[in-house]
Amino acid sequence: MYDFNFAPVIASSDQLLRGAAVTLELSVEAMAIGLVISIGLAGAKTSKIAPLRWAVQAYIELIRNTPFLVQIFFIFFGLPSIGLRLTPNSAALLALVVNFCAYATEIIRAGIESIAVGQIEAGRALGLKPLQVFRYIILKPALRTVYPALTSQFIYLMLTSSVVSVISAGDLAAAGNDIQSKTFASMEVYLIITAVYFLMSIVFSAIFSAIEKAAFDYPLSR
Amino acid sequence: MIRTFGWNEFLFILGAVRWTLALSAIAFVGGGVGGLAVALARTSGRKALMRATAGFIRVFQGTPLLMQLFLVYFGMAVVGAAINPWIAAALALTLHASAFLGEIWRGCIEAIPPGQNEAGTALGLKWLARMRWIVLPQAARIAVAPTVGFLVQLIKGTSLAAIIGFTELTRAGQIINNATFEPFLVFSTVAAFYFVLCWPLSLLARRAEIRFARATTR
Repeated sequence: MYDFNFAPVIASSDQLLRGAAVTLELSVEAMAIGLVISIGLAGAKTSKIAPLRWAVQAYIELIRNTPFLVQIFFIFFGLPSIGLRLTPNSAALLALVVNFCAYATEIIRAGIESIAVGQIEAGRALGLKPLQVFRYIILKPALRTVYPALTSQFIYLMLTSSVVSVISAGDLAAAGNDIQSKTFASMEVYLIITAVYFLMSIVFSAIFSAIEKAAFDYPLSR
Repeated sequence: MIRTFGWNEFLFILGAVRWTLALSAIAFVGGGVGGLAVALARTSGRKALMRATAGFIRVFQGTPLLMQLFLVYFGMAVVGAAINPWIAAALALTLHASAFLGEIWRGCIEAIPPGQNEAGTALGLKWLARMRWIVLPQAARIAVAPTVGFLVQLIKGTSLAAIIGFTELTRAGQIINNATFEPFLVFSTVAAFYFVLCWPLSLLARRAEIRFARATTR
């Protein structure tokens, strides 16, 4: 029978906490940067300039139909050979942003397209500038529509970020690999790490639904 | 001695595509059986079954696939079985697919108007017959698009098996990269193979979704 021995893992709890902090930091940064870019890309995808739409569409299809692991390898190992050298941490962040945007752009675009044209025309008729129309008439109601999809995409991003441990980015899973290689308590280490990921995803879901209640607490027009 | 990336290296990566396909197929078939069981249990109306499957789904959707792979991989040693990346990857991905397909199909089953099920009960059909002849055939139509969409996710997920040492497409790329030091070329090739596998499925899923939306909105 296997003897579980959690002592060496508990002894490295500092390292685990640091790893968890890096995972949180990477995920939140990737989402913040990714959201800004995705809003721009969603705008480009609904623009009148056809080549712009095609370029965004090609990027989305390429990212969505290849594994994140291969994207990480390409960015971390492939880009240096054309002169772009990145630290494991910035390569991880870049890969997460690139990956997240491909999904977030589609989500935001769906939100934008859910806005009735009459609503936009009404905004113009009231004399709002194009940027104001975009911000108040399109973006806010659109964000409300896509909020559930975006937040579950964020949790997915956080879970996916464990894959960046393959380039030793110092995240939670990488901390686990490190402790495992020192203590050989593989099962114990990964049980605890998995529990921490699970806890983070539960806490984030709770926070997101609290935000949803606070931010979008006005009745729907329909 | 550094090899150059030539025809042989390309063929080696191409050959590994079959292991990615085999692993995806096993996980998809296994996950299909498991997912059906999970979806039926989840909608069975029996409290204990519903709670157990809800927990199962929650754990698998709330933890990284990579950790699930590690736990199954090292868990094999815990239960006294020989560690084998093939079996570990197939088992972990099957469990993963069971949870996700179970949740997708639960939604499809619940989308069928309850009157259908009630009519079956009124006709004296047992639960199994109602599911087999009334609910599931209708739910299957709704399920096509999200199921194919998940298959794409599953194929991409098999790449993580490379990390526990199973030689599929991504691992073959790593091996060739270690011999040739041409990461840009190697990982572009690997990505291209995944794209060729996944893109047609993505298009199929989208077409199914559009067709279904057209059939149901009037």
